[in-house]
Amino acid sequence: MITVTHVTKRFGDFVALDDVSLEVPDGSLTALLGPSGSGKSTLLRIIGGLETADAGTVTIHGEDVTNVTPQKRGIGFVFQHYAAFKHMSVRDNVGFGLKIRKVPKAQIAARVDELLSIVGLAGLADRYPNQLSGGQRQRMALARALAVEPKVLLLDEPFGALDAKVRAELREWLRRLHEEVHVTTLLVTHDQEEAMSIADNIAVMDNARIMQVGNPRELYDRPANPFVMGFLGPVAQLDGTLVRPHDIAIRAEPEEGGREAQVRRVSHLGFEVRVELVLAEGEPVFAQLTRTEAEELDLSPGDIVWLRTAGGTALAA
Amino acid sequence: MAALALPKRRAASGGAGPLGLGIATLWLSIIVLLPLAAVLAKSLEGGVGGLVDAITAPSARAALLITVGVSAVVALINVFTGTLIAWVLVRDDFRGKSLVNAIIDLPFALPTIVASIVLLSLYGPRSPIGLDLYATKPALVIALAFVTLPFVVRSVQPVLMEVDREAEEAAASLGAGGWTTFRRIILPSLYPALLGGAGLAFARAVGEFGSVVLIGGGIPRETEVASQYIAKQIETDRPASAAAVSVALLAISFAVLFALRYATSRRER
Amino acid sequence: MRIALRTAALAYLGALVLVPLGMILYRTFENGFVAFYEQVTTPAALAAVSLSLTIVAIVVPLNVIFGVVTALALARGNFPGRGILQAVVDLPFAVSPVIVGVALILFWGNDGWLGGALPVIFSLPGMVLATIFVTLPFVVREVEPVLAEVGTDAEEAAATLGASKWQTFWRITLPAIKVGLAYGVVLTVARSLGEFGALTVVAGGVAGESQTLTLLVHARYIDDHNVFGAYAASTLLMGLALLTLVLMTTLQRKRA
Repeated sequence: MITVTHVTKRFGDFVALDDVSLEVPDGSLTALLGPSGSGKSTLLRIIGGLETADAGTVTIHGEDVTNVTPQKRGIGFVFQHYAAFKHMSVRDNVGFGLKIRKVPKAQIAARVDELLSIVGLAGLADRYPNQLSGGQRQRMALARALAVEPKVLLLDEPFGALDAKVRAELREWLRRLHEEVHVTTLLVTHDQEEAMSIADNIAVMDNARIMQVGNPRELYDRPANPFVMGFLGPVAQLDGTLVRPHDIAIRAEPEEGGREAQVRRVSHLGFEVRVELVLAEGEPVFAQLTRTEAEELDLSPGDIVWLRTAGGTALAA
Repeated sequence: MAALALPKRRAASGGAGPLGLGIATLWLSIIVLLPLAAVLAKSLEGGVGGLVDAITAPSARAALLITVGVSAVVALINVFTGTLIAWVLVRDDFRGKSLVNAIIDLPFALPTIVASIVLLSLYGPRSPIGLDLYATKPALVIALAFVTLPFVVRSVQPVLMEVDREAEEAAASLGAGGWTTFRRIILPSLYPALLGGAGLAFARAVGEFGSVVLIGGGIPRETEVASQYIAKQIETDRPASAAAVSVALLAISFAVLFALRYATSRRER
Repeated sequence: MRIALRTAALAYLGALVLVPLGMILYRTFENGFVAFYEQVTTPAALAAVSLSLTIVAIVVPLNVIFGVVTALALARGNFPGRGILQAVVDLPFAVSPVIVGVALILFWGNDGWLGGALPVIFSLPGMVLATIFVTLPFVVREVEPVLAEVGTDAEEAAATLGASKWQTFWRITLPAIKVGLAYGVVLTVARSLGEFGALTVVAGGVAGESQTLTLLVHARYIDDHNVFGAYAASTLLMGLALLTLVLMTTLQRKRA
């Protein structure tokens, strides 16, 4: 388990972290999710020892590591741009941590081969990083970090430099790897889809603070504030309340408690249908229907309909 | 990718740590800064008045004027020849071009005293073509042109390579001939590099010693340059005078480099 | 038009560089190789070669060590006065070699700031100090941009993998700056062998003792009126300069 207590960090006048506390459960795959500048990378680097906090403590597996160098924290770190050792082969990259610990050559070779087959790079051991694709380099970086059997694995936007398809593949692959290897993993990302699809536990950050911590479902269904709600999914505003567009029910007949609106545009996005409407006062709203619902209603621009929220999340705007 | 809002992350003492920074500072102080400070201090030994007297002594003043004059001429020559050579290297293609390109760096690699002897063999008393320029101002110009050859060429070359060809083609399609295109389209983009290169050439020329020492003759008030004057002063045990003229020479170099940097940054706005 | 420009450029280069160089080579070898060989193996010449190389052997390691430390401080640091430090590194380029000699005498000399604590005039330490002054910028300026470009990611990765600061420097940083460092060393060697102005002021130029190759060339021409001997020594220096050029070009390609 990783415990962060009351950590604050400033860069000059800029406050990167403001009294942040967090618990990362043992064996979990936790995501630090937030927009650029929210402090998530800084928090990760402080946990890893690559930055020092101005205040607060960090504990890993019960040991206070606040003032311990990164060398001795027993962490594995993966960087967004791979941080490959360009002048070394894949084999030497992956075996680097073991070589530093003076592990015998034969053992290093065996472990490297084992790791390379786990990450799917077997046979590429004698290549150099510049001969690998981005996705392969990142897998090498993971193998390298895992070679020294870290207590904790820290990943700083690991898929940020890859293109969309590779990113999706690698993301799924990471989840499977985690299930196989079971190391406590902390992943920084700005991509809510990434966090939602592979993390057990998500800490949402904004503006140097943690907004909410929970599993994907909790965060989506019960967001603590408008920021979290907006960051994790689409939001529409109706009657001063923030709701999910798919929780807006559209009726062709007037309804008790419903609001009158006019259809502006109907976009068919495959399975979903997006309906843009304007309320009586000129306020725009948009709702999301399934294909079936849309077929039943058969809406066209100019139609007058009535809107109501049908359960689900609702937050004061 | 990440953090457009975050300030640049730079550890307070960087890769060398506070010890490394201390070592670097000590090293630079002992080797460069303190000795130069000693020159400044010595030049003011007789107060500002003493400094001015030393600089305005007839031989000193003559040496400085000759130095600045000849260096300015050489810088100007380099503006033309440097651009010409850079142009040919970038736009032309012929057998042996890469060899010619390598030769440009020769003055960087050649000892200045060797340059002096080399030029003397062709333009001195033993000249096979009867062109004896020993102890004349033209000899100084030739020697300085030799050692400053690379500066403008190497400044202009990369800029020429980056020039927007399509802008030239557009100009041609609008009726502009070669010279007009060069003057109005290409040259303006070369100004900063030209100024920079000329400035470096000038700064190098005013301080030059080894290449002029044999071919220049060192005749006081005729072909004696400032560096030769300074050497003479220190050899005849007049350190204060040597220091004074040194300070004057340094001031001239710095002023020119500074002015050029100011001019280039203004242009870039 | 293109031909005209090409001819003009080549003519200028020919008249300024190629023909004079050719003249020296011709004059050096017109009496055969043996004559040249004799001139460069006289006791004075051998002593000069030895002294020049000794100076290089001292100057290069010092510049490598202090140059890399300085480059690290500049490329990775963010401290007040960084701009000044950077400017001081470039200073030697703007200072005339003769002024370097004067500065050294006024600082290290018997009447200087340090009161003659270290023997500088007419001695090896003085010549070494002068040579370090003029070659100081090379390694720093070649290594600094490489350090800035390579960035700290790989070094941080090495730290997380357990490498100490020294291990990280030796195994990760140094290999990354290899080529830039080599180029800086080549420039340093060339400049060291070619130093003349500062040495004229600081060294005694006594044949066989404190005469480098460059001082030898000068002495032979001016003092001994041994023009041929001067040409021969110059040719030797030219050969070294040519070697430098070749190394520079090779390394430049590796850098690109």
